[in-house]
Amino acid sequence: MLEIKDLRVKLEEEDKQILKGVNLTVEAGKVHAIMGPNGSGKSTLSYVLSGKEGYEVTGGSATLDGDDLLDLEPEERAALGLFLAFQYPVEIPGVGNMTFLRTAVNAQRKARGEEEMSSTEFLKVIRAQAKELKIDAEMLKRPVNVGFSGGEKKRNEILQMAMLEPRMCILDETDSGLDVDAMKLVADGVNALRSEGRGFLVITHYQRLLDHIKPDVVHIMADGRIVKTGGPELALEVENNGYADILAEVAA
Amino acid sequence: MTAILKSKQAAAESRLDAAGLPEAAGWSRAAREEALVRLRKMGLPSRRDEYWKYTRPDTLTQAEAPEAAVFASDEAPVFDSFERLKIVFVDGVFSAEESDDLALEGIEIARLADLADISWAGELYGVLETKGQSPVERPLAALNTALASDGVLIRCVSTPSKPVSLIYRHENSRSDAVLHHVVKVEAGASLTLLENGPAAARFNKCLEARVADGAALHHVRAQGRDHERRAVTHMFVELGRESVFKSFTLTVNGRLTRNECIIEFTGDDAIAHVAGAALGDGDFVHDDTVFITHDAVNCESRQVFKKVLRNGATGVFQGKILVQPGAQKTDGYQKSQSLLLDGDSQFLAKPELEIYADDVACSHGSTSGAIDEDALFYLRARGVPHNMATDLMTLAFLAEAVEEIEDEGLKGELTGRLEGWLLRRARG
Repeated sequence: MLEIKDLRVKLEEEDKQILKGVNLTVEAGKVHAIMGPNGSGKSTLSYVLSGKEGYEVTGGSATLDGDDLLDLEPEERAALGLFLAFQYPVEIPGVGNMTFLRTAVNAQRKARGEEEMSSTEFLKVIRAQAKELKIDAEMLKRPVNVGFSGGEKKRNEILQMAMLEPRMCILDETDSGLDVDAMKLVADGVNALRSEGRGFLVITHYQRLLDHIKPDVVHIMADGRIVKTGGPELALEVENNGYADILAEVAA
Repeated sequence: MTAILKSKQAAAESRLDAAGLPEAAGWSRAAREEALVRLRKMGLPSRRDEYWKYTRPDTLTQAEAPEAAVFASDEAPVFDSFERLKIVFVDGVFSAEESDDLALEGIEIARLADLADISWAGELYGVLETKGQSPVERPLAALNTALASDGVLIRCVSTPSKPVSLIYRHENSRSDAVLHHVVKVEAGASLTLLENGPAAARFNKCLEARVADGAALHHVRAQGRDHERRAVTHMFVELGRESVFKSFTLTVNGRLTRNECIIEFTGDDAIAHVAGAALGDGDFVHDDTVFITHDAVNCESRQVFKKVLRNGATGVFQGKILVQPGAQKTDGYQKSQSLLLDGDSQFLAKPELEIYADDVACSHGSTSGAIDEDALFYLRARGVPHNMATDLMTLAFLAEAVEEIEDEGLKGELTGRLEGWLLRRARG
């Protein structure tokens, strides 16, 4: 589904190489996790895949079911079914959460040549989804993420994911800033969306999120490359021994 | 006498010569003659005047109105679906056929062009304007008092069942209209006054309003979308004890618009909110000039002006709060913000506070910025195309000003229009 080949990326504004040849394939129906120390390039990978400005691709490719992602505008990637759950969801004063979501859902449908969702249908679906994520009606009416707590912001990300029904979901440190209960709620939301046709790439610092969202494959990223790949046990190893051992072993 | 003043006075004479005074001024004759004296003494504004530093007054002061093509649109006029008493002016000329009967329970309506003596209007016509000439001269308002060809005189004694709606149609590309309205809202009464339309190629409008104790005046205005029209408007408002004045103006297009609002609190515990949202693209100058004088205790004033500018459009804000000695417990606030959609556009702001009382809360905030790139990316990452995302953010930016409209229906009407205009532009 998502295929990244030898992806090399530098910052546009300074001569700093962040990704130094990333190779990664996420199959439909699978959950891949990427773990790694600060500054290893995990968040950069998620931004480059979703089309944020400020990065220059110097080599390699990234495709979603064969479509070249890197040539597309962010909204075109979204319409193809790529979704990024932000580490720091952005506050947009003045834009109602509901308006925002409905605009997004219908813009994507329109881009794909599908029929737009009626307001009645939209309301029905969003109410049901919001209930699952314990998001109350008041939160839906408020401006996007404004005045939301850390947990509310992350739940709102998952709500968007549920409404947009992407094929490929990237979760960028979705556990950051969450207490255990909030993390469980978010993880339940993600698990409910796991399905045959959908791939996940979960970026995290800590193993604890992976207790709740069980990965099929775990990658360790360091200094702009995937340095080790394994099963869920790799995450446990990190939890117990930190990154130092793995990095030393790779370097050796 | 300085050379500058001489040239300003000469400009006034040539403007007056071209216009010609209304012949049958009737009861307003004395006020008009006094206005002429004021005008001849002040002369017309020039670029050298501090008060006109950011906005060139030439096209407003020159003898002939510059031509302005009539904007053709197939959409229904603003407020069209609202139950209201319609009073229509076409290029500044009253249209009896298109207007409703000037009768509505709770109010008396007459026209300035009527010759019958209207004593209550005589107490206001030119009077608030004269008062508003100090400490800053407003020669174009004096010009208006002297030259106004017509206008409405509204005395509101209770609360009418529907708003009074002034509709200004523009049909002649060379029209030069001067209208002067007088509104008196008596104690405890409440009036909603709507205005919409481009009015003329060049429009000079003056509104004098006295809002008595415990009374309320709600004013909502949508200035027409003709790209080439020019307008200078003045509102002089005097507020009594526990009265409320709320005014909102939506301006989209127009080559030049200068909206002045002069408010004076004369009774305690009153509230005045003036707000505006302006959307300018290209050859567009929009100037909001506000002067609020607190001369009573415990009054609240609020100014909220938002401008979205692109393709070289210019926005101007001059806002002043003057707190007189003894006007304790004053709560004065002004906010002026612009969203610059490109590097060619500019916003010029001059917020001023002048305070002579010690127990007051006054503040101002003026900002100018581009669209928030992080928010834009967030919207796009959810699949909202670039144009639409920009429009959503633009609407969001303007929302705070539009929120100042108290009536939900009217608020919805103007929000809907803004959305429609933005979307049409986005579609190309």
